[in-house]
Amino acid sequence: MRVLAAMSGGVDSAVAAARAVDAGHDVVGVHLALSRAGGTLRAGSRGCCTIEDAMDARRAADKLGMPFYVWDFSERFRDDVIDDFVSEYRAGRTPNPCMRCNEKIKFAALLERAIELGFDAVCTGHYATLVDTPEGRELHRASDNAKDQSYVLGVLTAEQLAHTYFPLGSTPSKALVRAEAEERGLTVAQKPDSHDICFIPDGDTRGWLADKVGAEKGEILDRSGAVIGTHEGAHAFTVGQRRGLQLGVPAPDGKPRFVLEVRPVNNTVVVGPKEALACAEIAGERFTWAGRAPSSVAFSCDVQIRAHADPVPASAVIEDGVLTVRPDTPFDGVAPGQTAVLYDGTRVIGQFTIDRTVSAVPVEA
Amino acid sequence: MQVYLDHAATAPLRAEAREAWLAAQEVLGNPSSIHGAGQAARRLLEDARDELAQVLHCQPIEIVFTSGGTEAANLGLKGLWWARAAGTQAVVLPDGEHHATLDVVGWLASSDGAEVRAVPLDGLGRIDVELFAAVLPGAALATAIVANNEIGTLQDAAALASAASRAGVPLHLDAVSALGSVPIDFAGWRGPGSGGGGLAALSVSAHKVGGPVGVGAAVVSRHATLTPLVHGGGQQRGLRAGTQDVAGAAAFAAAATAAEAERESEGRRVAELRDRLVDGIRRSVPEARLLGDPTNRLPGNAHVLFPDAAGETLLFLLDMAGIAVSTGSACQAGVAEPSHVVLALGLGERAARSVLRFTLGRTSTAADVDAVLARLPEAYGRAVASGARSGHAS
Repeated sequence: MRVLAAMSGGVDSAVAAARAVDAGHDVVGVHLALSRAGGTLRAGSRGCCTIEDAMDARRAADKLGMPFYVWDFSERFRDDVIDDFVSEYRAGRTPNPCMRCNEKIKFAALLERAIELGFDAVCTGHYATLVDTPEGRELHRASDNAKDQSYVLGVLTAEQLAHTYFPLGSTPSKALVRAEAEERGLTVAQKPDSHDICFIPDGDTRGWLADKVGAEKGEILDRSGAVIGTHEGAHAFTVGQRRGLQLGVPAPDGKPRFVLEVRPVNNTVVVGPKEALACAEIAGERFTWAGRAPSSVAFSCDVQIRAHADPVPASAVIEDGVLTVRPDTPFDGVAPGQTAVLYDGTRVIGQFTIDRTVSAVPVEA
Repeated sequence: MQVYLDHAATAPLRAEAREAWLAAQEVLGNPSSIHGAGQAARRLLEDARDELAQVLHCQPIEIVFTSGGTEAANLGLKGLWWARAAGTQAVVLPDGEHHATLDVVGWLASSDGAEVRAVPLDGLGRIDVELFAAVLPGAALATAIVANNEIGTLQDAAALASAASRAGVPLHLDAVSALGSVPIDFAGWRGPGSGGGGLAALSVSAHKVGGPVGVGAAVVSRHATLTPLVHGGGQQRGLRAGTQDVAGAAAFAAAATAAEAERESEGRRVAELRDRLVDGIRRSVPEARLLGDPTNRLPGNAHVLFPDAAGETLLFLLDMAGIAVSTGSACQAGVAEPSHVVLALGLGERAARSVLRFTLGRTSTAADVDAVLARLPEAYGRAVASGARSGHAS
């Protein structure tokens, strides 16, 4: 098939592209220019903050003997990922920009463009497995559980999965991918993994947000509503956070306090004991299915609420357009805006954005 | 079959240039050395300077070899700026110039207080000489492109130079795209008695006419005063220090001479092919529009607006089909910006992202044109469909 390999400049996408070539596909490499930030203000400098990544991707494509292009998605990225990130924070939620990028850019804007231009599939270096069954294509966890990225791919729909290709999914470990890159003579073999949010190059998310969202002094409340301190901007807090709370008054029981809730509307932060972070229920209206929809409105599943969290057995029910999930044992600190991905064993059922959480510990009277 | 219709980006190396380069590499010696070996190298270098001076209609001493057109333009503009007359601060800059001049003037403005006096282009990309002349008085210097590298429109270089001469303002001409297609007449354009004003510097590049990349020249009038960019051993009138590239100069001179010898005949042949290409495009894509001056333009240049397609998408699809074209100036990141030249024609940003530049040259054939015409309709159809879904350039 005709494959468009999305090449970030990292080792995973380079090896994925190499395997696509080996599999006999007709492969074209594309690097996405996503950022207009960088060292220069000149209009012609678009994508220049990633100039080294673009160069690494190009050199990998050269090595693999494939054509290579840079496609500019910086406007879409700004609108759909960066602006979304800021407005979610402004609304007191904790978004995952990488998921948004998969949902709106890599497997939407890029995939659509690839199909329009005559390609059959987009190939990426994600660690996840696709399984074709009589009921359609399924998305499963990667065989290397430590690297498994099925969580961030949970937003993919049946149509998107049909045009997706993950050559690394069945690799037992990342070390093998690096070794393979070395063997193939790819210069990115030992390039460090990227961890931070790509559009915040210095990694200072709080500072970056303060700049975008604006920081205003506000009150810190306990669960009863009593003011126990002040803060320099609610955006700097996320549910479950313990550090950075400068509270003059110690808790009555002397135990550490954690952020339980961020209320952007009145710029307040609610804190309380660790136990109060326990979450008995999450719900949301924005859900999608990775392939076929569940056959009944109530089903049991495993639910994962963070990229690196363990899945928790749970029961799910869909009622009046709202998907509600109750874990068998409470979650530990959930923030609205996070994505919950539902699994049936290794298979991704679907995902939703958490709009509402219910604490397992009622507020004391 | 691979079809190369991007001769304006770089042209295939001419056999004469390759031979001259290889022959000169056999000669050991630094042309600035006093001994016989140095003299042998110097002879080749000065032969090349003489030869190029004939093509450009200037005096050999006025030729300063550089690393290319961009360096020549930098020397011309910054050199004139730093040596400008006391009390002058303005730079006359028409719209739609090449980045090699546009960005130099932009830098002088942001870092050294230059005041930019813009001159608009008309709908065909022409500089109105009267508007140009009107903003000259009191300026430190002026610049203009002889033939636009994107849309191919030719300017009246003689008239621009004589306006600068009358105003007593030194003028830099960017003749990089013009060389080989337009007769370059440095002495004639400068005219007698221009003094410090009028045509002062002119930039050319070897690889646009079949010479090697990495060689160019600034023609610097013997009457002009310029501050050098590169200081060192004082070579080339002290305007461009550094050991001189004998082989590069020899290859440039050979390429320029060969291009000049066949300029008229090749111009006719290539223009005919170009017209055939444009007619064919119009037949298969009736909404396509030739931009730039329809008659007074570079013979190999077909700059076409495809209103419903993104130029970037068309470029990609044609490349997949083995046809190399351009959306305008090549750019480092590989990402296409809307063309500032198309914007200068008064067309919007959508149009500025919907153009393709086909440039034919010495090795272009009727088969190349036929190949484009055979593959364009499908690529265009796909690009339009793609643009419709993704809201192209909206």
